[in-house]
Amino acid sequence: MTWSEMQPLLTQASWDTLYMVGWSTLVTVVLGLPLGVLLVLTDRGGLLQNVVVNKVVGQVVNFGRSLPFIILLIALIPFTKMIMGTYIGRDASIVPLAIGAIPFFARLVETAVREVDHGLVEAVQAMGGSTWTVVRRVLVPEALPSLVSSVTTTVVALIGYSAMAGAVAAGGLGDLAIKQGYLRFETGLMWVTVAVLAVVIALIQYAGDAVARALHRRGGRGGPAPRLRLLKAKEPDAPAGATDEARQAA
Amino acid sequence: MPRSDRMHPCPGATEPRHSTVTETPVITTSGLTKIYRSGGREVTAIDGVDLHVREGEVYGVIGQSGAGKSSLIRCVNLLERPTSGTVTVDGQDLTALAGRGQRASRELRQARSRIGMVFQHFNLLSSRTVQDNVELPLEILGRSGRERSAKALELLDLVGLADKAKAYPAQLSGGQKQRVGIARALAGDPKVLLSDEATSALDPETTRSILQLLRDLNRQLGLTVLLITHEMDVVKTVCDSAALMERGRVVESGTVDELLATPGSQLAAALFPVGGGASGPDSTVLDITFHGESTGRPVISQLARTYNVDVSILGAAVDTVGGAQIGRMRIELPGRYDDNVVPVGFLREQGLQVELVGQDAPARPAGSEVKEVAK
Ligand SMILES: Nc1ncnc2c1ncn2[C@@H]1O[C@H](COP(=O)(O)OP(=O)(O)OP(=O)(O)O)[C@@H](O)[C@H]1O
Ligand SMILES: [Mg+2]
Repeated sequence: MTWSEMQPLLTQASWDTLYMVGWSTLVTVVLGLPLGVLLVLTDRGGLLQNVVVNKVVGQVVNFGRSLPFIILLIALIPFTKMIMGTYIGRDASIVPLAIGAIPFFARLVETAVREVDHGLVEAVQAMGGSTWTVVRRVLVPEALPSLVSSVTTTVVALIGYSAMAGAVAAGGLGDLAIKQGYLRFETGLMWVTVAVLAVVIALIQYAGDAVARALHRRGGRGGPAPRLRLLKAKEPDAPAGATDEARQAA
Repeated sequence: MPRSDRMHPCPGATEPRHSTVTETPVITTSGLTKIYRSGGREVTAIDGVDLHVREGEVYGVIGQSGAGKSSLIRCVNLLERPTSGTVTVDGQDLTALAGRGQRASRELRQARSRIGMVFQHFNLLSSRTVQDNVELPLEILGRSGRERSAKALELLDLVGLADKAKAYPAQLSGGQKQRVGIARALAGDPKVLLSDEATSALDPETTRSILQLLRDLNRQLGLTVLLITHEMDVVKTVCDSAALMERGRVVESGTVDELLATPGSQLAAALFPVGGGASGPDSTVLDITFHGESTGRPVISQLARTYNVDVSILGAAVDTVGGAQIGRMRIELPGRYDDNVVPVGFLREQGLQVELVGQDAPARPAGSEVKEVAK
């Protein structure tokens, strides 16, 4: 297969992946964020402590995470059909993708929100803030750098899941690599597709890390990444100052 | 740390007790008890505490670690639900507003917005600028953007940080962070400021400047301050009244003056220690406290001359406590207490407070009993 034959396939598949992953990420964040926050709030000692809700939600999330995606995809066919009218194609695949990612993302949110210093929560309560205020003004904004990292991780996972969405004719890069490439012995196409996937994932990870680091640094909790710090340490700051002083003394 | 001088309306060490204190009670707790239950174990953190904080005063609660100080102050704005007893702040019974369960009722939240609180670890939101941190209480109160920023800038100016409005907390020093914490606590125009070890994470120099700020605010705004500390110096520098907590109980309380005038007061002794022990068994050791005008009089030489006794001075100090000058002296007279009744009477006549030091002290009340010297 020549490059000009591959190109339209790749373009279409890229768009399909972007479309599926984009929408399912959106749904995942919109539903998974409150779920993760709820897990923290209802936990023992939480602001809305409720052991029953916490246990039930926790179990559902665990169950969701333990299912292999391909099984979830098939198990959800009736449900997908109910809300999308069909279970086949790009649009329909968003349902299983989001449902597969929500428990995963919710756990990441839970971990991120748990890290927020309880003193901040108390400070806002002491100034008369409601639980909703605490969530909106403290838990989410203070956890934001970690939440951005969680979204990045989820997007990368969703790209992986979306390869399996080929099973319901959703298209996308993963599907292209498997069906057109691997199964039809188009090794060239397969490797090119895999390379495109790798680049896409690297870019997403890079962008996500950059945003998280910028937020983190603004809060002053980390400073630059260790790698950058190493480079900085080599800058001859102190010697320069010392020679300045020496020059002045002379 | 340079700050504008208008924050010092009453300069000088010998300034009189300031006049913002009234007899109106602002914080009253009665029979306040807090029992923590965790894993079948019960810890009585506060055990029937009656606290009376008057309007416009700086009230210090001191005690060792685990005495229940934090639990007490957290019960005042009901961050911690008392197990029993009541808390009244500015005439409002907060315990009645609490509502059931862990969630705070709307009324309680409104009452809290009129009580400022500062924390040992500042508790500033790292995701917000200094100004936005100060604006947060106003956001909760639903004030408009313009009003919020005007108020925040005014408060930042008041605490001497007008130039840091756009900085993030991570870019500030500990003392600056605490100033932001104080500005934030004042945003809702509270009548009462609660401070739990606000200076414990700071170095001595910064501690002094923060205490000075609290005192200035107390005088300028008539703000009532309830502060928790484990440092006697803090009480000494800023407090009008103090309470000593031990194992969940208030064992001594009152104005600093009253405490210093109370024989056997642990707080007075700790606020103002004088050293030195008796040189032999056949002698009487007295602690004498001088207040106000008696500080200047040559009482000891009069004593020596009038009664022809050899007075040895074991220790002495003059200091400023809560803005008033106080002198303390430990002297030794030859002979047993019974032989010295007359000289002791003389000293008492001079308006001094005289306390016998030693085990076989007939005139001294048992030091362990609960003393409530507040009227
Ligand atoms: N949330 C809690 N659960 C269980 N026990 C607690 C809790 N908070 C405090 N305690 C216990 O209550 C007692 C009083 O604690 P508190 O924090 O009020 O003391 P403190 O005087 O503020 O001490 P420190 O000077 O160390 O801050 C301690 O024995 C402590 O272990
Ligand atoms: Mg404490």
